[in-house]
Amino acid sequence: MSTEQTRASDEARPATAAPQAPSRRSGAGRRLLVALVFLVPALLLLGALVVYPIFFSVLRSLYDKPGDTFVGLENYTRIFEDRQTFIALRNTVLWVVIVPATVTAIGLVFAVLTERVRWSTAFKTVVFMPMAISFLSAGVIWRIVYEIDPGRGLINAGLQGASDLVRGPGSFPGARPSIEDGIEPTPEGGYRTTDGYEPGQTVDLGLVAIPPDLVPESAQPAATSVSAGPDELAGAIWLDFTTGGGGERGVVDPTERGLPGATVAAIAPDGTVVAEAKAGDDGTYVLTGLDPGTSYRVELTRDTFRESFQGYTWLATPLVIPATMVAYIWIWAGFAMVVIASGLAAIPREMLEAARVDGATEWQVFRRVTVPLLSPVLVVVLVTLVINVLKVFDLVLVLVPGSAQADANVIALQMWRASFGGANDFGLGSALAVFLFVLVLPAMFFNLKRFRTGA
Amino acid sequence: MLMQGTMRWIRAFALVATLALIAAACGNGDDGTDTPEAPDVDLTGQSIEVAGVWAEGTGELQRINDVLDAFADLTGASVSFTSTGDDIAAVLGPRVEGGDPPDVAFLPQPGLLRDFAAQDALIPLDETATATIEANFASTWSDLASVDGTLYGVWFKLSNKSTFWYNSNALGDAGVTPPTTWDELVAGMATLSDFGVAPHAVDGASGWVLSDWFENVYLRVAGPEMYDQLTNHEIPWTDPTVITALERMAEVMQGDLLAGGTDGTLQSEFPNSVTLAFADPPQAGMVYEGDFVGGVIGTETDAVVGEDADFVDFPSIDGSPTSVVVSGDAAVLMRDSEAGQALINYLATAEAAEVWASQGGFTSANTGVDTSVYPDDITRRSAEALVGAGDAAKFDMSDLQPAEFGSTAGQGIWGLLQEFVRTGDVQGTAEALEDAASRAFG
Repeated sequence: MSTEQTRASDEARPATAAPQAPSRRSGAGRRLLVALVFLVPALLLLGALVVYPIFFSVLRSLYDKPGDTFVGLENYTRIFEDRQTFIALRNTVLWVVIVPATVTAIGLVFAVLTERVRWSTAFKTVVFMPMAISFLSAGVIWRIVYEIDPGRGLINAGLQGASDLVRGPGSFPGARPSIEDGIEPTPEGGYRTTDGYEPGQTVDLGLVAIPPDLVPESAQPAATSVSAGPDELAGAIWLDFTTGGGGERGVVDPTERGLPGATVAAIAPDGTVVAEAKAGDDGTYVLTGLDPGTSYRVELTRDTFRESFQGYTWLATPLVIPATMVAYIWIWAGFAMVVIASGLAAIPREMLEAARVDGATEWQVFRRVTVPLLSPVLVVVLVTLVINVLKVFDLVLVLVPGSAQADANVIALQMWRASFGGANDFGLGSALAVFLFVLVLPAMFFNLKRFRTGA
Repeated sequence: MLMQGTMRWIRAFALVATLALIAAACGNGDDGTDTPEAPDVDLTGQSIEVAGVWAEGTGELQRINDVLDAFADLTGASVSFTSTGDDIAAVLGPRVEGGDPPDVAFLPQPGLLRDFAAQDALIPLDETATATIEANFASTWSDLASVDGTLYGVWFKLSNKSTFWYNSNALGDAGVTPPTTWDELVAGMATLSDFGVAPHAVDGASGWVLSDWFENVYLRVAGPEMYDQLTNHEIPWTDPTVITALERMAEVMQGDLLAGGTDGTLQSEFPNSVTLAFADPPQAGMVYEGDFVGGVIGTETDAVVGEDADFVDFPSIDGSPTSVVVSGDAAVLMRDSEAGQALINYLATAEAAEVWASQGGFTSANTGVDTSVYPDDITRRSAEALVGAGDAAKFDMSDLQPAEFGSTAGQGIWGLLQEFVRTGDVQGTAEALEDAASRAFG
C-alpha cells in the first residue's frame, strides 16, 4: 500500500516537481540577482574611492616628486632620513603609546566610579559632549585655553589669579633703575647700590620702565632736596622719565613724579637688613636707626619689582605635545567611558558579590574580577583609539601655532604638508600615506578577527 | 488603490515644488541696483567663479565682493567668490590637476604664477586686457605677470610693505620722534622701553612677518641688485650681506624689546600684534607691516588712522636710499571664458581699483587711479610712494621664491626666522637658510 502510495505520489511528484525544480533554481538565481543589485553600487563606490586610490598611492610612492622617474623605495628611506618626517614619526609613536592607554584608563575609571551613582546619566552626558563637536572646534577652544597671555588664556589666567592670591605683584612690576652705574640687581630681584653710604647722606634712586597708568594717583612731583638726620639715610624714589621727552637721566626734572609705595632697605656691610622704609607721595623715604659710623648700601627691595605670573608657554616645546594630547583625551574620554559603561552593565553582578563575600576589597574586586571580565570591551576601545590616534591631523593643525608646528608634527599632517604644502612632493606624500596604512593594518585585522570570533 | 495613486501624485508634486523652490533660491537674484554706465559687454546669464586668499576677519572679503559686485552690475554676469585661505597653492593645485579650476584667481606670489604657467594652467590675456594693462601700469608690473613674454595677469591689489606703523600717543608721551634711520629706531626703542611700553609687537607665529622684516633690512643693507641675486639664489645665504642683515634684525628682535617677550611673540598672530600696538593703553609702541595694517587698525581697534596711528617709511640703514618692498595679488585667468577675460580687463581699469581704494587698506599701482579717492592721507602717501617708486620697487622676496622655501608655514625662510627669533644665532640661521634654499632651488 505504501508502495502504491509512493508510486502514486511518485507519479504525482514529477507533475509537481517539474515546475518546482526550475522555480527553485530560478529562486536561488533571483536571490543572487537581488543581492548583486544591492551590492554592486556599493562595490563600485568602494572600488573607485577606496581600492583604486590605494593602488594608485602605492604606485605613486615608487616615483619621484614630479612623478616621471621610477625611484623604487627611495621615498620610504626618506621617511627615516628627512629630519622633519622623522620627527613626525617619533611624535606619532609617542601618541600611539600614550594616548589610547590613557583614554581607556580614564574611561574605565569614570565608568566604574559612576556606575551606581544617581547622577551618572548627567555626568556621562557632560563627559560625552566634546564628542559632538568637530576636532577643528576643539582645536580652537583649546588654543584659547592655552593662550600665553594671562589676560586671554584660561589656564594662565587661573594660574595668575592663584599666584596673585598667594603673593600679589609689586607696586612697579618690571621697573628698573634709570642709571646702570652704581646700582646692581640682586639675586632675589631687587636692586642694590654698589657703594655704601654713611648716615646723613641723601641717596636718590630713579626708576624707569613704569607705564603712566601704573604711577599711583597720589604721586606728587618728586622731592628735590631731602635732608637726612645723623642716623638716617634719606632720599627720593622717583620716575626718572619726563613724559614727552627732554628730561635728564639721573636728575629730578620738574615734571617727574615720586613713586609712593616703593620699598627701600638699608643693608649693613655684613648683608643684614637694618632698616626698611616706604616712599611717600613725593617719593621721599627715610631709613632711621642707623649707626653713624657704618656705611650702608641702599636696596630697592624685590617686593617693588615683583611681576605677576606671566604665563607658561603651553604651545611650544616641550609642552606642546602633551598639551595637544590633553585636548585629544578631553574629546575621546567620553567615548571610552560610554562604551566601557555599557560593557560594565553586562557583567553579572553575582560574580562581584561573590568576590566581596569572599572578603575581597573593592580594589581587589576591581582588579581581579571587573577588569578581566571587561577585557574584551577594553581591547575594542583600545584598538579603535589606536586606529584613530594614528590618523590625528586637524587637531594638531589647528591647535598648534605656526612656530611650534615643526615640533608637534604627526605623520598624517606631514603627509599633507609634503603633498600640498608648497613642495608638491606627491611621491613622498604617497609613501607616507602607504606607511600610515601599513601601520593601521594590524589594528584593523585584530579588530576584524575579534568581530569574527564573536564579541 | 485610488488613495494610493492620489498620495503618489501629491508626493511627486511636493517633491517637484520643493526642487523648484530650491532652484529659485539658488538662482541669481537681481537686486535692481542701477548700473553706473552702459556695460562694455553684455554677459547676462554667464557665471564665473573667482578665488582669492581674502577671508573673514580683516574686512577684505567684503571689499573684494564690492569690486566683483560692481563688475556684475556693469555686465550682468554673476560672480561668486571663493576664499581659499592663506595657502592658495594647496587649494588651487588639486583643482588644476583635477581639471576644475576657478575662472579667475588672485595669486599672491609671482612664483606661483610662474608655476601655474609652466603647468599650462593659465590662459594668456586677450588684446583688450593687455592694452589696458600696458596703458595703466609701469612695465615692471607687466614683467612680473609675464612668463616668456606672454602676459597672464594684472596686479590688482598691491601693498607697500615698507611702512613702519607707530602709536602716535605712545611715541609722543615717550618723547620719541618717529624714526627715519636705523640708529634712530634703536634709540627710540630704548626710550620706549624706559617709558614703560614694549617698543614693538611682531607676529612671530606665522612667519611671513619675519620674512618681510628680513627683506626690508636686506634691501637696505645690500641694495636692489644683490636683493635680486639672493632672490634667485645666485648668491648663497651665507653671504656677508645676509649675515649683516641678520645681525641688524637681532638688534631689534631681542626679547625685552618685543611685546610679550620672545615666547609671546612666537605665539602671536598678525591681527594680535596690531591690536597690541593700538590698544588703550598701548601694549606696544610700534608695529611693522605693510599698508594693510591701516585696514586692520580700522576694523580691530578703536584707534584712528591719522590721529592715533601713523606710519613712517621703513628706516634707512647706513644711509640707504628710499626703497620699497612690495607685495600684491595678481588676477589671472584659469579658464577660457568671455566673462573671465572681461573681468580681468575690468580689474585693469581705474574704476575697479577705486571701488576698493576708497574703502582703505588697498593700494593700486594703476597710474589712472585718482589718488584723492584714498580715504586718508596715510593711504594716499603709501600709494604715492608705491606708484612713485615705479620700477625701483622690489617684490617681496619670499613670494618670488619656490613656495616650499618662501611661503610655507614652519619651514624654509618662515620657519628658520622663527628659530632665529628664539635663538638669536646669526651664523646657524644663515647656514640653515642656505641648506633649505639649496634643496628648494634644486
